[in-house]
Amino acid sequence: MIRLALLLLALALPAAAQEQIVAGMSQNRVSITADFDGSEILIYGAVKRDAPPPEGRGPLEVIVTVEGPSTPVAVRRKDRVAGIWLNNAEVRVDSAPSFFALATTGPLDHILSDTDNLRYGITIERVIRAVGITAEADKAGEFLLGLLRVRTNEDRYRVLQGKVELTEDTLFRTDIVLPSNLTEGEYKVRLFLLRDRKVIAHQERVIGVRKEGLERWIFNLAREQPLLYGLLSLVMAGIAGWGASAAFRLVRA
Amino acid sequence: MQVYLPIAEVSVNAFLILGLGGIVGFLSGMFGVGGGFLITPLLFFIGVPPAVAVATGANQVVASSVSGVLAQLKRKGVDFTMGWVLLAGGFAGSALGVWVFRLMTEAGQVDLFVQLSYVVFLGLIGAMMFQESLRSMLRARKPDGPVRRAHVHSWVHGLPFKMKFRASGLYISVIPPLAVGALVGFLAAIMGVGGGFIMVPAMIYLLGMPTKVVIGTSLFQIIFVTAFTTVMHAVTSQSVDMMLALLLILGGVVGAQIGTRVGMRLKAEQLRILLSLLVIAVSVRIAVDLLVEPAEHYSVAAVLP
Repeated sequence: MIRLALLLLALALPAAAQEQIVAGMSQNRVSITADFDGSEILIYGAVKRDAPPPEGRGPLEVIVTVEGPSTPVAVRRKDRVAGIWLNNAEVRVDSAPSFFALATTGPLDHILSDTDNLRYGITIERVIRAVGITAEADKAGEFLLGLLRVRTNEDRYRVLQGKVELTEDTLFRTDIVLPSNLTEGEYKVRLFLLRDRKVIAHQERVIGVRKEGLERWIFNLAREQPLLYGLLSLVMAGIAGWGASAAFRLVRA
Repeated sequence: MQVYLPIAEVSVNAFLILGLGGIVGFLSGMFGVGGGFLITPLLFFIGVPPAVAVATGANQVVASSVSGVLAQLKRKGVDFTMGWVLLAGGFAGSALGVWVFRLMTEAGQVDLFVQLSYVVFLGLIGAMMFQESLRSMLRARKPDGPVRRAHVHSWVHGLPFKMKFRASGLYISVIPPLAVGALVGFLAAIMGVGGGFIMVPAMIYLLGMPTKVVIGTSLFQIIFVTAFTTVMHAVTSQSVDMMLALLLILGGVVGAQIGTRVGMRLKAEQLRILLSLLVIAVSVRIAVDLLVEPAEHYSVAAVLP
């Protein structure tokens, strides 16, 4: 028993000597109200050490990712058929995040190895789940590149290389701008510490994005009482139409 | 001023939406078309998802049509009897249209189908109206030219079930108006519009109604068709955005009132030539989209799990 405890202690010791992340965020919830126009989140942290930084290893690097809720998507390709450009092929992707931002201290391929990228699922290519799409169309990979290109152009997917500031190998910070076309849900924030292209510590946080006030009320009513909602929309339209007509009559009279 | 739309889930400039609503309302009051064929493409353009644009566009058309009808009512520009007959045909056609729409969705080519219907019907109707109104304008310039009779008797007048349409001054069979209503309802369901741009020329050229009552009667039946569409979309896909609709409506109802008054100042031929040019422009715009190679071949759409 004692031997086992010693063994565990021996195993635990190098782990304790390693570097760990202590992280914080400027806010852990975002409220979408009627005047919502995007939001900026400051993600910061420090590297906690029980011992001096290890000798003879590469410099410390940091990667921060923010990932919005994922949904299945259809990626369609237009081809020219009989002179007309139409959707000619489609691939279903099981799960793609609605938003993805990745910020690093340096060029991604210099600080992260493919194996660790695969193991921790860090970059967007590893976050998107597309199992068995090769069976759906030839050149299925082109569809994934198309998806990345479309969402990058829409500013939904971003790679911000060198946008994490690291001070004295201890303190780091980065600003992530959340766009105005934000969807509701849990936004996963992940922080990775790396040395020699390997992940040495990681941590996860969550930002809750929620509609509030009038936005919340409208959204809930539309989901829970669709018929009432539809009729209410009509009543609103009718009153507005009549009101404008009456107002103009007064103006002319 | 930015406003976040709760259903569309995008943030838009409130004044831009008010302006869009105003322009479309103006045209709708002037020509008696609902403006659905304009508002939907314009909303796509500013980043509103297609499903929300179609459904919310329908809701906006309800408001501008109510506003337009009330303005027409004062000058006795609504033939209610004709309106109800057209509407009866409209609901039948609309039900058939919804069914065909579902078949096309299952076949996966609904976008193309809708775009092609736009090009074909808008192009055809626009060209026909343009040619006809140009001819009657030229005729008006030459006073000694042959006089065209107001009512040309054709096979239409030999059909049974005749009915009196007092406001239009017509005594015709109910079959043509029912058929026109059904055709418009069918196209409206497929194209997601009120169908005014088809209804207006159909009433003038097929039914021989006087231009005075055409706009009001068209708007009258558009109210019901688009109200039906709005509720259907709200229930089946929850894609009506009330916030977006409110902004469009505020702009639209004001625009419709101004449009109606401008429309009264213009001559019927001028009005028709302007409407035909507008219809042709939209048709050409959509045709260009189909024929020119897009910059990005891929598109992404969210699907239900």
